[in-house]
Amino acid sequence: MATRIVMSKLSPTMEEGRVLHWVKKEGDPVEPGDVVVEVETDKATMEVEAMGAGVLRKILVEDGGTVPTGTLLGVVAAPDEDISAILAEAEAGAVAEATAATDGAAAVAAATPATAEAPATVSAAAVEVAVEPAHQPAGDGGRVKASPLAKRMARENGIRLEQLNGSGTGGRIIKRDIEAAVSGGVAATTVAAVGSEAPYQQVELSQIRKAIARNLVTSMGPIPHFFLTIEIDMNRALDLRAELNKSLEGSGAKIGVNEILIKTAAQALAEHPNVNVAFADDHIRRFTRVDVGVAVAVPDGLITPVLRNIGPKGLRQISAELRDMVDRARGKKLAPEEYYGATFTISNLGMYGIDEFTAVINPPAATIMAVGATVEKPVVVDGSVQVRKRMRVTLSCDHRAVDGAMGAEFLATFRDMLENPLRLVL
Amino acid sequence: MALMTYRDALNQALREEMRRDPDVFMMGEEVGAYQGAYKVSRGLLEEFGEWRVRDMPIAELGFTGLGVGAAMVGLRPIVEYMTWSFALLAIDGIVNAAAKMRYMSGGQFKMPITFRGPSGVANQVGATHSQALESWYATVPGLKVVAPATARDAKGLLKSAIRDDDPVVFLEGELLYGSKEEVPEDENFTIPLGVSEVKREGADVTIVVHARPLHSALRAAEIVESEDGISAEVIDPRTLRPMDIDTILDSVRKTNRCVVVEEGWAVCGMGAQVVDDIQREAFDYLDAPIARVTGADTPHPYAKNLEQLHFPQADLIVKAARQACYRK
Repeated sequence: MATRIVMSKLSPTMEEGRVLHWVKKEGDPVEPGDVVVEVETDKATMEVEAMGAGVLRKILVEDGGTVPTGTLLGVVAAPDEDISAILAEAEAGAVAEATAATDGAAAVAAATPATAEAPATVSAAAVEVAVEPAHQPAGDGGRVKASPLAKRMARENGIRLEQLNGSGTGGRIIKRDIEAAVSGGVAATTVAAVGSEAPYQQVELSQIRKAIARNLVTSMGPIPHFFLTIEIDMNRALDLRAELNKSLEGSGAKIGVNEILIKTAAQALAEHPNVNVAFADDHIRRFTRVDVGVAVAVPDGLITPVLRNIGPKGLRQISAELRDMVDRARGKKLAPEEYYGATFTISNLGMYGIDEFTAVINPPAATIMAVGATVEKPVVVDGSVQVRKRMRVTLSCDHRAVDGAMGAEFLATFRDMLENPLRLVL
Repeated sequence: MALMTYRDALNQALREEMRRDPDVFMMGEEVGAYQGAYKVSRGLLEEFGEWRVRDMPIAELGFTGLGVGAAMVGLRPIVEYMTWSFALLAIDGIVNAAAKMRYMSGGQFKMPITFRGPSGVANQVGATHSQALESWYATVPGLKVVAPATARDAKGLLKSAIRDDDPVVFLEGELLYGSKEEVPEDENFTIPLGVSEVKREGADVTIVVHARPLHSALRAAEIVESEDGISAEVIDPRTLRPMDIDTILDSVRKTNRCVVVEEGWAVCGMGAQVVDDIQREAFDYLDAPIARVTGADTPHPYAKNLEQLHFPQADLIVKAARQACYRK
């Protein structure tokens, strides 16, 4: 029985995907559960497993090819089976996501949660559709040869191996090829200057960059943003952090400022549930728990892993989860449901010395908080000038769901909690 | 420190350990009156007497058994074979008796015995006297296997081997006995078993090599440095079991390329084990297949010209290093 391998929709924002690498070549025998092909979604790299047995009869999209979700990538069938009908269908562009979702593709249905809450396992996502047997074409899938080191370096630098020419034995891509690409020679094509235009390099959009661009124009355009900035005295919060870390000495755990901000935001949102919301065309979703997204810079973009249900969690647990998420985000190891569906997001550029900035809302949430650096500055306290540690945060709000006073009240609570951090234990 | 030969460094190690511990004694063919087939035991009969320096008949299995028995009752025998090729006759005593005794007695018996003698190629001594069989012994749990390539290592490692409570197979280089190096004369000087040494630092390729081919590798490193600008790091594990693989892995993670050299045959050789460790532990750091340079896959030839070709000479290591670095 022939089975199809389809570019499935592996995350809520995924509209197209790229075939990174066919693990199996045409003619290779395939068992259910074998990894057949690796695909790059907008934010992660995923392995697609075969659901049926047979041989990989046909590869329709070669390594490096980018196609819309739903596109037929390859066909697994018995060696003597007639697959001409499936190929004709693919030719006619008739393979739709709908087919995939209906024909017994339980694995995929589970792997593409409509909401972030659905806990899905997405290690495998292949589509199996029964079709009638027929007859055999063949060919050899082009394989990119690269040393293990080169593959790792390419991954870390967001370079596509198939763009490079290998200088090693038999065209193998090796370390020096990646280094050349990183220093600008290969991956990015230099474009000569025309007239007074400055010369530039044309850098191909990675899947993550495309996703960011696509998603954020749906934000600043359609969403009426407004911004509220507040300055917070951080002395006591930082003292608390120092004290906590002293008590944790030797345990391996360490509480960072971000964990305190996450916890504080969750407490403040609990007091202002009208800010923990999303605008959904004909209604507002008021979330009953707080899931905080944390913006993490990765080599070719930005990803926002989501820490779920912060309310009942302590700083130590938040810290452990945050560390794990950030590590995996940098390694592109997050599953789609792990970076989708924050009810509130924190973006902290303080470590870069940014005093304050505004962040673009990441839909569907209605708010995002931009955190600046904590700096020592003179402040008037009870009529005298003191040096205090001050931090400025700016809340971006979706005016369709959150009004100025609502956002301001939330921010005031957020500030009071940080300035009197014992409130966190209440 | 004194400049001395590998032979004299071994002699000094034997002498110091026999002075230090009255339970240490030596036995083997021609070790006493003849002063050792390779003069390693020169002067020991005179200093320690025939009770502690015992000449043995040509019966390797027999005197190996005597040594194992002596170790079981608490002595520290040093058994010399005229060459390791002759120890094939005694391999039952080494592998079945010595290596198993601690295990099969449930720890009731220690086995503080050192088996030593010349190993590897010599000058035209033919196929049955020219073998490097270290992988035979290194595959056996219960044995420790040591193969020093320099006089300093020979002294420091032999002293540690004699003091060790487990059986140690100590492989000396037949053509290294006359090589000279500065050697510490301090009687407390030892080199611990199971520690690799970086013999030459480099950045572009790691050469892992033990015993006499170390000297070929060091020459090869000079050649690729001057002719190709390749900076080769040369590491001698010195102890083949248990091997200090971490030092090798650290180096490969730095250089991303590796050449493994040995005098013995390629199939199931020591280098095969090193390659396996590297590919498992440092896979993502490799930029080229790991190259091996070994003795040729034939019995060892007698003819001088063929004998030269059989050995992993510097030119072969140069070629492998260039290949690993994608040059030429």
